[in-house]
Amino acid sequence: MATEVADSHGHGDVDYNAPYLTAGKGIKSWLLTVDHKRIGVMYLISVILAFFMGGMFALLVRLELFAPGRTIMSAEYYNRAFTLHGAIMVFLFIIPSVPGALGNFVLPIMLGTKDVAFPKINLLSFYIYVIGATFSLYSIISGSVDTGWTFYTPYSTTSNTSVVSMVLGVFILGFSSILTGLNFIVTVHKLRAPGLHWNRLPLFVWGMYATSIIQVLATPVLAITLLLLAAERTMGLGIFDPALGGDPVLFQHFFWFYSHPAVYIMIVPGMAIVSELLATFSRRAIFGYFAVAMSSLGLALLGFLVWGHHMFTSGQSEFSTMLFSGLTMLVAIPSGVKVFNWTATLYKGSIALTTPMLYALAFLVLFTIGGLTGLFLGALNTDIHLHDTYFVVAHFHYVMMGGTVIAFVGGILYWWPKITGKMYDEKMAKVSWFFVVVGFNVTFLIQFIMGSKGMPRRYYDYLPQFEIYHKVSTVGSWMLLVGFLILAGVLVKSLKSGPKAPPNPWGSAGYEWQGTESPPVFQNFRETPTITRGPYDYHLCTEAELFDGFPEDAPKEG
Amino acid sequence: METLQLPPQWSTFARQTDWVFYFIYYLSVAFFVAICAAMVYFVWKYRRKPGVMSEPSGHNNLLEIGWTVSPLVLLVFLFHVGYRGYVDLTMPPADAMEIRVRARKWAWDFEYANGGHATVLHVPVHRPVKLILSSEDVIHSLYIPAFRVKRDAVPGYYSTMWFEATQTGETDFFCTEYCGAAVGTSEYREGDPNVGREGDRRHTGHFSMIGRVKIETRAEFSTFLESILRPPTDPATGREVSPEVWGSLIYRSSQCNTCHSIDGSAMTGPSWRGLFGRSREFVDGTNRVADANYLRESILQPNAHVVRGFNGVMPSFAGTLRDQQIDALIAYIRTLR
Ligand code: HEC
Ligand SMILES: [Cu+2]
Ligand SMILES: [Cu+2]
Repeated sequence: MATEVADSHGHGDVDYNAPYLTAGKGIKSWLLTVDHKRIGVMYLISVILAFFMGGMFALLVRLELFAPGRTIMSAEYYNRAFTLHGAIMVFLFIIPSVPGALGNFVLPIMLGTKDVAFPKINLLSFYIYVIGATFSLYSIISGSVDTGWTFYTPYSTTSNTSVVSMVLGVFILGFSSILTGLNFIVTVHKLRAPGLHWNRLPLFVWGMYATSIIQVLATPVLAITLLLLAAERTMGLGIFDPALGGDPVLFQHFFWFYSHPAVYIMIVPGMAIVSELLATFSRRAIFGYFAVAMSSLGLALLGFLVWGHHMFTSGQSEFSTMLFSGLTMLVAIPSGVKVFNWTATLYKGSIALTTPMLYALAFLVLFTIGGLTGLFLGALNTDIHLHDTYFVVAHFHYVMMGGTVIAFVGGILYWWPKITGKMYDEKMAKVSWFFVVVGFNVTFLIQFIMGSKGMPRRYYDYLPQFEIYHKVSTVGSWMLLVGFLILAGVLVKSLKSGPKAPPNPWGSAGYEWQGTESPPVFQNFRETPTITRGPYDYHLCTEAELFDGFPEDAPKEG
Repeated sequence: METLQLPPQWSTFARQTDWVFYFIYYLSVAFFVAICAAMVYFVWKYRRKPGVMSEPSGHNNLLEIGWTVSPLVLLVFLFHVGYRGYVDLTMPPADAMEIRVRARKWAWDFEYANGGHATVLHVPVHRPVKLILSSEDVIHSLYIPAFRVKRDAVPGYYSTMWFEATQTGETDFFCTEYCGAAVGTSEYREGDPNVGREGDRRHTGHFSMIGRVKIETRAEFSTFLESILRPPTDPATGREVSPEVWGSLIYRSSQCNTCHSIDGSAMTGPSWRGLFGRSREFVDGTNRVADANYLRESILQPNAHVVRGFNGVMPSFAGTLRDQQIDALIAYIRTLR
């Protein structure tokens, strides 16, 4: 198997046993690589850039709202700023973030394989991402977009901004997402190392697997919808615009048929990371492993049945409204199962409060708030009051940012030593954690109150009674900025002068730590691994194994 | 009653909705505190100590089935109470008073049974009111927080909502479906101290599609109904105001002021200052003098002649403004020398 996979890489000139970062030299060896680790790193850099760009627009939006009336920009530009914030964060950052960056890097190693099933398609999916991102960003300079990331018709078919290029960008990005999903599904099914039974799969892999299923099934619907939208705009086809005989609410059905499952494309990977972090830093298997794994699949499935909860005020029939409300309530079950099992994992563990663990715990708290506030939006009469207010804005930021982004940062720090071979400054990382978590809550907690008081979302200007809430929220966004800047400093410093990382700095029983060096060699393992125990079997590990799963001075084989 | 979280309860729905809200709220707080307490306690109690290993974990079927199934009871209950409230929200009583609501970028028009129009939503207290909504352009949504009601106005559909106010007073309504902003208007706002202030809300967009709800006693409400058909009376003289003054009031109440200034500065539409009698040039290259007939046509069929340098975005006021009101507007424009 070793030679087979090595051949498929098609690089005769690389040293398969050199660390992957230096196994090939020059920019070409990166841009044309089919190594899942390098592709993961390229994704990581891209999504971090996207995050900073989306973040800048968020800061502009918050700054504009610091005072009523015009603060720094006109209404026109405000509408573009929040649209770009949403679109960039959703399509260029969150959706590709965890699968593209961490999934690509870690998943094959966890499976004990040398690469994903289709390494070249993997590279293709990265380039499709780059092309899609280019289209989307082109829309910024060619007139920008002011439709909101949801592109509701008939506003989006009549807006005279650059909607088509943004929509085409998102359409293209979808293919990248589909290909990544496909690759992961096949990899999980076909390339598990000997001994890696389904019930020994790390929960990160289960999460990625569930995510991939949603990506493959839901994304085509978005593609069709956006294509129809583009066709309506360019050719005057009457599908959504009532002026042309179309139905605007149909667009909402189509759009949310993708975009609600997409919520799980975004959050399930976050949950997947958190399961790994909690296990490693409590030195304990995730309590109720099977239930946690199945709840990811449960969320993936339920996610397809609840899209109508975005449309309770839209005029869909009362009967569908009732069904969607009932089904939405059910989402609380798998989410609750996860939260309970994670908490129970801490019980009788051996808990180390490293920065990744702090991020995992923050996730637990923030995701719980995000999930519980979802109940207000699933129950019908309260949703009628809260729909399209800041309450909703706060709710999904608790899930998307307090959930996925926090978990993603935790995951980056956790796997950082494996990815870069360098350690980072724990103390400063904790400082950044503090600013990020406090800043996040200052920004968004108050938005729940503002929203339930009646402040609508996407407003450039507001009535005087809302001023205090907006002020506090904007100040929170500055704290977030400080937190992320410190974090960026920590990571840059680690790259420059961080101490060399041992193979298993956290003492994890996970196979990616026990079976590889930091950073891993080009072909991940020096010999085809055989898995003999589960990823969380701390009770089977000796103290020495935990810390030196792969001692660097051990004689190198292969 | 106004609490930290919610606006005052001014409709018959408010109490039920708030009951559900606070039920979920306290449930969530209890749950959240329990989870956090457990977490903090475990993290402290089982912090890593030298020589102390973690205990193997596994699963516990009883416990796990318990916390998978038992929330179901609460969820079904929540769904039930939420749905019950929703059913009330969607079933207006047969004798409800109807008001026709038309939304367009970026204003609301309320038409009453007697044919009169208003931009402030006047409703009688203690009487079911049914709104029939539609939109002329994109989707809008009417939201009255104090009543806990909201409904989208979708082009090509009629949608309805209803409420019964329980108290007289004034409150706000909002548009909650994003509907854009006027392009270019803000350039003229540079350094304008009035930007965003009440009274002179001259920049327009989704955020300015808001207004006041006036809940009135029966007597006040019938006076209102009469007033929307005739020029208002001047309190000083006790007589109806002149057409010019009425026109200036309509200029504001029909929200012509969101696009037309009277001081010569161009906004989304041309300024009215010095308009009357001036020669107008149109995008199709033709010319015409702005006389009464032209002004009338501009109001009823704005796109018949689009003034050069502007876009044909003005909505038609046919069916919205009555003849006398158009006359009053023309009389007012004549005064703007
Ligand atoms: C959404 C913005 C908007 C609103 C609201 C609006 N208008 Fe206009 N109006 C325009 C624009 C743009 C033009 C110029 C293009 C055209 O001729 O259609 C215009 C043109 C006019 C003209 C011709 C002006 C000229 O210089 O020749 C008149 C008269 C007029 N509007 C009256 C009104 C009245 C009366 C109202 C309120 C009842 C009103 N408008 C409300 C945008 C608006
Ligand atoms: Cu949803
Ligand atoms: Cu609107």
